[in-house]
Amino acid sequence: MPTEEDILPTTTLDVTAPACHEEEYEMVYHKPSTMVDVSMHYCPGCAHSLVHKLIMEVVEEMNIQEKTIGVAPVGCSVFAYDYMDIDMQEAAHGRACAVATGIKRLMPDKYVFTYQGDGDLAAIGIGETLHAINRGENILIVFMNNAVYGMTSGQMAPTTLPGMHTTTSPDGRDVSYYGAPIKVAELMSNLPGAFYVTRQAVNSANAVRRTKKALQNAFKYQQLHKGTCLVEIIGNCPSNWKMTPVEASRFIDEEMVKTFPLGDIKLPNAAAIQSLTNLSSDHER
Amino acid sequence: MAEYKLMKGNEAMAEAAILAGCDAYFGYPITPQSEVLEYLAREMPKHNRIVMQAESEVASINMVYGAAGAGFRAMTSSSSPGISLMQEGISYIAGAELPCLIVNVNRAGPGLGTIQPGQGDYFQSVKGGGHGDYKMIVLAPASVQEMADFVYLGFDLAEKYRNPVLMLSDGAIGQMMEKVQFKPYTRPVADHSWATTGKPVTRGRNYITSLFIQPERMEEHNLKLEAKFKLIRENEVRFEEINTADAAYLFVAYGLSARICQKAMDLAREKGIKIGLFRPITLYPYPYKRLEELASQVKMMLSVELNSGQMVEDVRLGVNGKVPVEFYGRMGGMMPTPEEILHHLETLIQYHHAN
Repeated sequence: MPTEEDILPTTTLDVTAPACHEEEYEMVYHKPSTMVDVSMHYCPGCAHSLVHKLIMEVVEEMNIQEKTIGVAPVGCSVFAYDYMDIDMQEAAHGRACAVATGIKRLMPDKYVFTYQGDGDLAAIGIGETLHAINRGENILIVFMNNAVYGMTSGQMAPTTLPGMHTTTSPDGRDVSYYGAPIKVAELMSNLPGAFYVTRQAVNSANAVRRTKKALQNAFKYQQLHKGTCLVEIIGNCPSNWKMTPVEASRFIDEEMVKTFPLGDIKLPNAAAIQSLTNLSSDHER
Repeated sequence: MAEYKLMKGNEAMAEAAILAGCDAYFGYPITPQSEVLEYLAREMPKHNRIVMQAESEVASINMVYGAAGAGFRAMTSSSSPGISLMQEGISYIAGAELPCLIVNVNRAGPGLGTIQPGQGDYFQSVKGGGHGDYKMIVLAPASVQEMADFVYLGFDLAEKYRNPVLMLSDGAIGQMMEKVQFKPYTRPVADHSWATTGKPVTRGRNYITSLFIQPERMEEHNLKLEAKFKLIRENEVRFEEINTADAAYLFVAYGLSARICQKAMDLAREKGIKIGLFRPITLYPYPYKRLEELASQVKMMLSVELNSGQMVEDVRLGVNGKVPVEFYGRMGGMMPTPEEILHHLETLIQYHHAN
């Protein structure tokens, strides 16, 4: 269970500290240069800002800003291109994987990723997503699963937990009426085109580190041209869950993981990735 | 001079796409234009171009969005029900100002309709189709030759204005075989500095979007688009006139209807009826001005269409009440014969003479 200390200090560090301090202090953290230096519109405790930063850290560390094209969805992260200092395209609701296909097929040596929420990917866009993965498009799909439609203020999503209260399931999700939540990572991992499928979270420092490793590896796997990488991230949504950020982090560990267990679901075999050096670390199992 | 070939309209259009330097084609099978995807699936790989059979028309238009947004020449084609599915993507493409070519080989509807030719998609093509304020440049070929020529023209106009171009053909022009000549083509230099090719340190990031959440910025974008459409209206009107110099009456028809009217005009002239043919080539921008001029010369205009009367509304807008504008049309994939049109014309002339 995360404590207050586990909640990441994302915004309190003063990165514009005067130069005279440099001799006295060691720089242990800086905002990635690949992030646009503006205030974000996300709610306090939201996972999006954190995951944006992790992706941009990977882009900075791999020095691939010039080779990376992102595709933003419709949802809370519709303004991702306001924050990520890379070339991006805004896709229609659910169509990010089709747009990414168009980009990647024409520019196979670029790094292309989509960033999609659960309404975008698992409801209106599940067809485009499934077919892109089935074709083994060499793209990274970052799938933010917070079990609700965030931007439209908390309606039921295909990933809403059984019994979970949302604005359109006021008495809790009735699985006999709406079916069970779709386990996207498990579902997509069955497709031969899926190269690497994992589900992570960002509700504790350790979870953030694991998510970053997953993103690092997924970006590197694009060099192999062997298939789609899907990184599902269980995202905190305190505003729509009607919780404090700490309660939301706890909710993930206590409730969300029952339906969406964390960990790698499909791993590339060792031979497939042996040409890659400097993989971040072993996968978390 | 390039040699003549005997080809289907759909295949001539596909071949022209290759010659025009189309980098990517994304499509989904639908009658009566499946030959396009088949032809390109066979030929595009030989030229190291991308061809993909998408899982739906929704996906194919969004693949076009991605490829066009990255600065490549991208196109798709379909027929009426498939074009309906693409309307969302077309609206986004217009909003994001992406150049691309979309071909509609029109079949009769509504709904699943029939696979036979129709012109019932006129309103959808020229009045919007998708949501929001936007226009496509709409080119209407009336021959296999024009199905080829308008691929070059379509791509050039799309890139010139950063706007989607629609070629509105029909099941007859697409399926029939005629001689076609692939003329030498020089691709104009187009600015692609806006494309998402990866951000070097030397420039700011490029992003492709149709989202402007603040009303002030959205309206600013709307006004920018409207200024572009005005420029298109001023510069890109295209039409053909046959026998209009001495015409007392006028057929107004596009695409296949214009071909049938051409024969009806010949029959009418044999009987001494001085009728001309006015064929809009661009359905947007529409040649209102020239129609207005012709309205001071002729006694009546007859719009002939394979629908319930759609373009006739634009003819009336151009003529603005100066002379009677009549309509004759068939639907459901049925095509009028030249004799049938002539008979209708003679009846109308008698009626207007008597009144």
